[in-house]
Amino acid sequence: MESGAAPTQRGPSRGPASRARLADTRAARLAAGHPARVALGLVVLLGLVLAALYGLRDVAQTGLNGLALGSIYALGAVGLTLVYGILKLVNFSHGELLTFGAYVAYLLNVTLGLPLVLGAAAAIVSTAALGVAFERSMWGPMRARGAGLLQLLLMSIGLAFLIRYGIQLVAGSQIRQLEVDRTATVSLGGGVSLGQTELVTIVVGFLVLVAIGLVLKLTLLGKRMRALADDLELAETAGIDTSRVVLYTWLFAGGCAGLAGVLAGAVTDVRPELGFGLLLAIFAATILGGIGDAFGALAAGLVLGLVIEWSTLFIDFRYKLAVGFVVLILVLVVRPQGIFGSARAV
Amino acid sequence: MTPLAVDMAPLAVVLGALWDASFWIGIVGVTAGIYALFALGLQLNVGYTGIVNFGQAGFMAIGAYSMGILVVKAGLSFWLAMPVAIAITMAFGVLIGLPALRLRADYLAIATLASAEIVRLFAQNARGLTGGNQGLACGPSGACYDDAWRGIELAVDGWLRALGWSNPEPLLPLFVAVWVTVALAIAALTLVQRTPWGRVLRAIREDEDAARALGKNAFAYKLQSLAISSALAALAGFFLALNLNTIAPAQFEPLFTFIGYGVLVLGGLASYPGVAVGAIVMWTLIEGTRYIGLPIGAEQQAALRFMIVGLVLILLMAFRPQGVAGKREEMVLGD
Repeated sequence: MESGAAPTQRGPSRGPASRARLADTRAARLAAGHPARVALGLVVLLGLVLAALYGLRDVAQTGLNGLALGSIYALGAVGLTLVYGILKLVNFSHGELLTFGAYVAYLLNVTLGLPLVLGAAAAIVSTAALGVAFERSMWGPMRARGAGLLQLLLMSIGLAFLIRYGIQLVAGSQIRQLEVDRTATVSLGGGVSLGQTELVTIVVGFLVLVAIGLVLKLTLLGKRMRALADDLELAETAGIDTSRVVLYTWLFAGGCAGLAGVLAGAVTDVRPELGFGLLLAIFAATILGGIGDAFGALAAGLVLGLVIEWSTLFIDFRYKLAVGFVVLILVLVVRPQGIFGSARAV
Repeated sequence: MTPLAVDMAPLAVVLGALWDASFWIGIVGVTAGIYALFALGLQLNVGYTGIVNFGQAGFMAIGAYSMGILVVKAGLSFWLAMPVAIAITMAFGVLIGLPALRLRADYLAIATLASAEIVRLFAQNARGLTGGNQGLACGPSGACYDDAWRGIELAVDGWLRALGWSNPEPLLPLFVAVWVTVALAIAALTLVQRTPWGRVLRAIREDEDAARALGKNAFAYKLQSLAISSALAALAGFFLALNLNTIAPAQFEPLFTFIGYGVLVLGGLASYPGVAVGAIVMWTLIEGTRYIGLPIGAEQQAALRFMIVGLVLILLMAFRPQGVAGKREEMVLGD
């Protein structure tokens, strides 16, 4: 049922694995190594088909909206996937980390009248700290007690309620706006224009996503994180100080979630349901990218954002979130290891 | 008034509510009964079959909306629409279960939650059919569905007055109907659990591979478990609509599925009577906050109520994963 039930592991197949299986793993490994390339291929193909059907302008316009949405999903998913993969925690309170970040930014940006950049920085730092605080007070002790998957899952739902309604208790449920110019648009030529906020979201999102990718790919910490997500016991055996990596994972997941919350708050608005409303889409990106696969989550978040916004070309826009959920269910049923994942325990 | 008396005032208000019949019948009683029905389905799924169904609010929505659309829009009678709506909900449960039940526990949870959210999104946006966010306007006389239920209520009210109760509790008929249904459901489920069918469900929960090795079609049993659970959710949906006099998307948020899980672990896993106890305790905790004279607004009070739900879930999962009255050897979420 859970990981370990299936003996296949990522990496070169050993033992009695058949030739066909080996080739399959090799192809999957290639895809896993270059998720951006695979995603790019798929997305370009889809974009061309849609452009032929609906015209280039509409595809470009909805595509840009999709990238803005997708950067938020990607930032949310990269943290969720590492926590899911490394700690085997299906964290339903991850969305509330986004909400928390958005409210911290609101506090600095609107209540105290400081620049939004400072608000975003504070959101990243404080949400990262919140992630660590919950690890120290709840998740760590529960893991030490050998808590099961469902037990932790229900606990995370309880925590989600506590955070979301705690925020509502303090700040009220009214819908708030960050100090951003929502009316300013930037014309990109060819009749395509984009809201300034969306443009900033795309730029910030992409810069951060590239930076995250580089950290995970090049630094020792990133390699250790990915090693833990891949196989915790093996990583421990290899001498990795897992408790330190767990700490950094939460800092990383919390920080990314905080930033995603600020971006989501800037593009839409700030309200207690902000994070929970994004959670299922973030789960979709996490599963689409393969659980524990940070690069997969980054690529899948962007792909999901694009697919959702492109779907508005032929489906009533009010159902676009349902498109994301249908994608989620389809991926779970057809390819539960994610489009970029290798066939491992699912 | 001494300072102490002032401090004790909120407590006094709470204790006053405990003697208030309308609190126990109309506020806690009816709602707790509805959630007991709702969570009995979860108990069958989680406690006895090992299926983590997070889509129960979606099934409840399908039941309530089917009933509403059949009666209000299609003009079916109340009593004819009810079995049809239950059949529709069970069919929907099977439709979701066919792909989802093949998944491992965490994926099943996410997939069923997503399916419930799809239902809610459609309820919000398919305005012609569901009335959108405003909800489905119920019958012309203001009573939900048609006047069939209103007639029963008036008849019961008349009997009570004839018996000499000068001002009977208006929600008493609904209260009785809900709890009779709960009692029947508990009895039926408890009996079914003792049949060979029920024993196979438990075998699947304990070790699905072993059940399969003995020649049992585990998937079919899980599908049946989910279908029965969705029928119970549909019943809960009918009563919810009668209680609130409307059917609106906000009544079917994932929040309510999670309250159902709170009820489940409060009452203890793998115990049907426990569900009824859990529902009463949960709604007494939730509704009790209304009566504590805290200096906060209605919105904060609502927030506080759901914080309590969160706290209950966290504490139970941390310290008693088998639930307050659950049997540790029978079913523990910690495995």
